[in-house]
Formats: sequence, structure tokens, C-alpha cells
Amino acid sequence: MPTLDDYKGQVPAWCPGCGNFGILKVFKEAFVELHIEPHQFVIVSGIGQSGKFPHYLKCNTFNGLHGRTLPVATGIRLANHEILVVAEAGDGDCYGEGGNHLIHAIRRNVNIKLFVHDNQIYGLTKGQASPTSMEGMVTKNQPFGVLSEQLNPMAMVIALDCSFVARGYAGDQEHLRELIKEAVNHSGFSLVDILQPCVTFNKVNTYAWYGQKVYHLDTEYNPEDRIRAFQKALEWGERIPIGVIYRNHRPTFEERVPVIKNKPLIQQTVSIKVMKKKLLETMQEYY
Amino acid sequence: MYNGFSGGLLDYSIKIGGEAGQGIQTIGDTLSKVFSRSGYHVFTHQDYMSRVRGGHNFYQIRLSDRPILASRDVIDILVALDRESITLHEKELSDTGIIVYDSFTLKEVYEKPQFLNVPFAELAMKNGGDRIMANTVATGAVLGMLGLNLETFLGILKDTLQQKGEDVFQANEKAAIAGREFALQRCTQCSFSLAPFSAPKMLIGVNEAIGLGAIGSGCKFYTAYPMTPSTGIMLYIASKAKEYGVIVEQAEDEIAAINMAIGASFAGVRSMTGSSGGGFALMVEGLSLAAMTETPIVIALAQRPAPATGLPTRTEQADLLFALHAAHGEFPRVIFAPGTPEQAFGLTNKAFDLSQKYQIPVIILTDQYLADAQWTVERIDLKRFVYHDYRLRRDELEILSEYRRHAITENGVSPFGIPGDSHHVIVTDSDEHDEEGHIIEDSASRIRMVDKRLFRKLPLIAQEITPPVLYGSNKPDIVIVGWGSTYGVMRGAVDTLSKSNSIAMMHFSEVYPLPPVDKFDYLQVLRDAKKTICVENNATGQFARLMRAETGYGFDVEIHKYDGRPFTLETFIGELDAYIG
Repeated sequence: MPTLDDYKGQVPAWCPGCGNFGILKVFKEAFVELHIEPHQFVIVSGIGQSGKFPHYLKCNTFNGLHGRTLPVATGIRLANHEILVVAEAGDGDCYGEGGNHLIHAIRRNVNIKLFVHDNQIYGLTKGQASPTSMEGMVTKNQPFGVLSEQLNPMAMVIALDCSFVARGYAGDQEHLRELIKEAVNHSGFSLVDILQPCVTFNKVNTYAWYGQKVYHLDTEYNPEDRIRAFQKALEWGERIPIGVIYRNHRPTFEERVPVIKNKPLIQQTVSIKVMKKKLLETMQEYY
Repeated sequence: MYNGFSGGLLDYSIKIGGEAGQGIQTIGDTLSKVFSRSGYHVFTHQDYMSRVRGGHNFYQIRLSDRPILASRDVIDILVALDRESITLHEKELSDTGIIVYDSFTLKEVYEKPQFLNVPFAELAMKNGGDRIMANTVATGAVLGMLGLNLETFLGILKDTLQQKGEDVFQANEKAAIAGREFALQRCTQCSFSLAPFSAPKMLIGVNEAIGLGAIGSGCKFYTAYPMTPSTGIMLYIASKAKEYGVIVEQAEDEIAAINMAIGASFAGVRSMTGSSGGGFALMVEGLSLAAMTETPIVIALAQRPAPATGLPTRTEQADLLFALHAAHGEFPRVIFAPGTPEQAFGLTNKAFDLSQKYQIPVIILTDQYLADAQWTVERIDLKRFVYHDYRLRRDELEILSEYRRHAITENGVSPFGIPGDSHHVIVTDSDEHDEEGHIIEDSASRIRMVDKRLFRKLPLIAQEITPPVLYGSNKPDIVIVGWGSTYGVMRGAVDTLSKSNSIAMMHFSEVYPLPPVDKFDYLQVLRDAKKTICVENNATGQFARLMRAETGYGFDVEIHKYDGRPFTLETFIGELDAYIG
């Protein structure tokens, strides 16, 4: 059984107080509690402060390009659907640069666990607006304030019938740990949008700001009611709900690909002798 | 006088012209198959517009009793499904050529002796019971004109109509017979005479050959976004997906396509993507990612005239230097440019092998001409077909006391494990990384990694590259040089011109890195020749530039063709004549 020590990684290069520390801590705890060993899953990450995440624990890692976590994660899952695939992305990474991939990963319903480190700002490039920055937020690059409407990722992905939709908060670790576990245990594309204060560049959405606003969805709330979930997803302002907002039980993409019904692609190997025989048979079609 | 026989050998060309949607391809494919099954050497190519209905398209078939590899300018039978076919192509007719048409469909009667009016639609109605069989009548008529019996054609009809039932087949059979009988009786001026000639030959195109080469090489994952003229590769692999156990996924865009393929490759299966220039442009960042993470990938790049959308259904060889320079940064890559289906099949196998062996991207360059052409082949040889699994799997990985994904080795190639296969973790990064795969920024590590990825692998990769093919004279005065799709037309020209010249063709199908000269000093052959002519289907002579940059050798003459059309034999020979003189 794994322990926290097994998950020891590189020393993080994040700013002191960064919301990412909280996410990293509970992620490790959740995986230890789920009895998942470091070699039993892959983290695919993009570029941004979130992109460095897999280096700070121990796991199979593909730290790829900005915005392209989901295509790489999809490729890994389709090649080997017996390995757990986690995608760690940022708000700019996933909702900006990689927006198209998010739409289609949800449509496919590949069984990927996507955690978006949503700090509503670009940290790595030092403080420009992100798709989830609030209207009016002034930055060096948006001196007149953000003019575009703030993206609502929860409402957007519920509209797409995303299989598992949740919002967590880096400052509420116990709650977030349970959300991570629930996402991992869900069968289907799972998105957890994690509100994460950026102590260096986002002076609006601070720990104090979130602390006043976030609240847990109550136990009566039924995340399988899509209309109700959509209403809940629109809630943003004085009160911000966290928890599992929406969930459905669509079959996964992997379950519907006939070629991998019996075993993963990676285990479907043939000898060159068999292959040559097969090729000669196929070539007969051309005579 | 040209009479379909050059030097006593049989050599006919048939062109089917009409609007998109009229069934040109069905007639063309069926006739080609009849000829290849009858043992003839066949070469076909297509010319079509970027539209689903209307416009003017044609399908050209050349058949002979000796090997042929390109189209001619002269045609012997023109099947005109519309009036424009006559306006555009009547002038291409040989002295004994015939235009076959249906005056009812074209709403015009042509009185000249070289015209044969066959009521395709009427005969279809009368004999088959449905006008839809007009193309069956037309095919039967062409076979009648050529003096071939219907046995092979009916066999093909039986196969293709199998699912539609015996009634449909019998109706088509009657329509075919009616077409053949009509042509036999009315075509008094037809002087063709064909009979089954030898054992059936394979008739195959380059997209199919690449697809077959890929799945045979163990490609398990093909992902792409449709783009002419590369789509045929995806369609072919999709048609074999179940049988060969391949996942074919139509990605949301080309960026996703290459990143998915890289993901699958990292996870441990052989994967491939393909596109044309515009889609490949979107893949470029992913190409760089494959290089940095040392993840094997094979990319088919089917060229078409550009910039931008260009001429979507036409041909050009203008992406050689793009393929060579695509992506930021410096890393090793291999570029192949097959000129025939056999080369396409073999080079696809080699692309997979080299990409796995050295953990590098390999690009296969083709073009629209190759994508829409078909050749007859006696058989494709599997003697040199290779499959070697270079990955560390299961126990091979588990027994290692430590594992570093990007370990520095003598040849620059690091052992590549499978994530999840053992207790070792596989770590890689698009950032510069250390041997374990973790991000670094120090200069010493950076230099070590570039040396490993680039300089240690490069000389070994270069040694894998096969020299160009020299065809014709061994000590030629004149050498015509080309790469990729010009193979057939160059070879045809050498066949014709070598009767009165000391001439040879030098064809490169492995274009980058350029082959080393130690196995065959092709540079010396060029230096010893009196005249060297580099032939390219582009405006600026990209291969000639590559040669000059890599070897310092400059060709005496460069022939560039950039009208979006392929070279054809007579025009090409005419152009060469001007320089050979």
C-alpha cells in the first residue's frame, strides 16, 4: 500500500502561499487513500504553473504543450485503457489555448480525470487576464479592465453533458480531497475546476475573497438533475457553490471502441510471421 | 503514325471525362481492374475539381503489355460523359482514336468519323430497366471497342453487386452485354484488339500502399483530420481497423491529431497521423514536441499546391523544404518521398522502424498525383519487411534497478519503457529536461541533452539512408534527377530517350538526410555527366536547393512545373529535348 513518502517528488518552484500547494497536498493524500501506486497512473500536464504539477510528486509524467493535455491524455487512454490517466491543466491552458479539445474530449467521454487549476489569471507569463478573469479586472495587459465576459466553465461543460462536473477550492482541503477521490472513482470524463488563489498576480480573487463566498452544496442537492445543475452552475458572485454539480452515467468512449473490447491496444501484439501472412492475404484484394 | 503500338508493343490510353457525380470514377476503376486482371500493365491518374457536383473531371487509364509508370498525352478512347470533355480533350486524340458518347445525354450529334454515338441511357433502360445502369453500358461499350470479352467485367460486377442481390446483377449483366454488342457492331473504325494477356496483376495506389505498410508495420493508432489528398490513407486504415486491430480516430483538428498520436506512442503503441500542407502547418508544434520528448511518430504529408488553401485537388512538390524546416528548434528527422506504391509500402515500413529505433519523427511526403494514381505491380515483396519491438516491456523494465527515460547513452537512444508496465515511472517533458525527464535550466545539462538527441543520433540515422536509384546508362552523359512522384515520368522518358542518348534517371525516395556517398557515390556520377537536369513539380527547385546546401553540388539545368498538374510523358520528353538537343 502506498504511503505519502512514495509520492515524494521534486521541490516545487511555486511562490510561497500559492494555491497549488494545497492542491498538491490533497492530491497525494487522495491517491494514497485510493491505494493507487505512483506507477499505476499517468499525469499529462500542459504549460503554466499547473503544468509543473506532476514533477512535484512521483508518477508517470507527460508534461506536454500549452493547451494540449487532453489530446495527449486521449491518446494514452486509447492505447492503454487499463491505466488511469489524469490531466492537470490551468485556466488559460484548458479554457483558452485548448478550448476546442475540451469540447471534443467531453463529446467523446474518454475516461480522463481533468483537474483545472483555475486561478483566474496567467501566472507563468506574469499576470495577464485568463478566460475566467472577471470582467473589469485591470492588468498590465488589460489596462482598461477585462472587456470580455468571464467564461463559466461549469455551465459550458454541463451544456455539453460532461459526465462529471465539480468545483473545488484549494483553500478547503478536506472537501477537495473527497472531490478528487470521487472524480477518480467516476467512470467517464471528469472535470474538477479548482478555485486557486494566485497570491502574486491576482489581487482580486484572494483567499479572503473566496473564503467569504464559497459554500458546500447541501446533502439534499441532486447532481443528476441536469436543469437544476445548470441553474447551480450559473451561481457566481456573492455565493459560489463547491461540490459535485453534475453527473451522468454515459458509457465511456473506451467502452464503445470495438477494437479494444477484449484487451487494450497495447496488449494486441502479433509476430512478424503472422503479420506477413495477413499482409499477403490483404494484398489478394488488389488482384 | 501513332497507332497505339510503339515499337510493336501495345500501349493504349483511355480517358473518361465528365462532371463530378456522373460516375467517372466507377467507370475508370472498373476498366482499370478489368485490364489489371487480364494481366496488362496499367497506370491511372485522375484530375478533378474541388467540388462534389458539376465542373470538369477526368480519369485517365494507360494500359500496355510492358511496364508503364506514367500517363501519356495522347489518348485512344475518350469516353465523353459531357460536352466539355470533347471541347477540352478532342485534340488529344490519336490518329486512330475514337470518342464514344451518348448524343441523348450530350444533346448533340457529332458527325465526324472518329465519333461513336452509343445510347448509354437508352440501352440501360431497355436492357437493364433503369437509366442508372448507363455507366455499365458505357463500360461494356469500351470493352467491345477494345475487342475484350466481358468475363472479367462480369466477375467484378458480381463482387460489387453481391449485396444488392442477383436481380440487380442480372440487370447489369444485360446492360453490359448490350453496350458491348452495340460497340462491336457499330464501331467499324475500331482497330483495337485486346485479349487476356497474362496472370492478373495487383492494381494499387500510393495511399493504400502507405495504409497497408502502416498497419503491416504494427501501426495501432491513426488519427487525423480529413484533408485532400491525404484522406485516403485514413479511409484505407479505417476500412481495415477491425481486421488489424487499429483505432482510427477523426480528431477535432490537426493539433489534436498529432498530440493524440504522440500520447498513444508514449503509452506504447505505434501511431501515425497524416495531412496535407495546411493541416501539417497546424501540427508543427506537435512535431517539435515529439522531438523534445523523443516520442516516435510517423507523419504522412500529402502535398498539394499552396500557399493557403491553394489548389485543393491538384498536385505539387512544394513542401519539401517545409517538411525539412517545420517546427521550432533543432532535432533529427527523416523525410521519405516514394514515387511508386512499392516504394510507398516499403518506405512506410522503414519509417516506422527508424522512428521507433531512434525515437524520432519520420515524414512521408507524397502528393495529389500519387494519391489519386494507381499502378499495376506483379507482387509486393515482403523479404525486406521488418518488425522489431524497440520498447522495454514488462520484465525487461521491471528487473532494472533504476530507470531514467532520457538516460544518456553512447548512441543517444535511451531505453523507452511503457508507463504502467513496472514499478518504474516514465517521465518526459516538453521543457528541456534531465535524464529522468524533470525540468532543468542549467547550461551543462542543456548541452548534454542536445548532444544526445541530435549529434549522437544523426550520423547513425544517416547510415540508414538508401542511395538513389540509377536507371538507364551506368556511365550517363545526361542525368535527369528527381524525387518522389516524378519517378514514373522520368523512367518513361529514359526508356524513350536512351535509344539515341547516353542517359539515366537518378531518383531519390529517401530525401533527408541525403544518403551518404560511401555505398554509392552518386555525386561522382553527377560530376562525371555532361549535363544534369533536376526535375521538380514546384516553382523554385527545392530539392536542387537542398542538394546545393548539403553537398555543394549544383545542377546544370532545373525544370520546374508549378501549374498544379503532373508531368506527362510526351510534354516532358519535349521539354528535355530542348536541353539535350
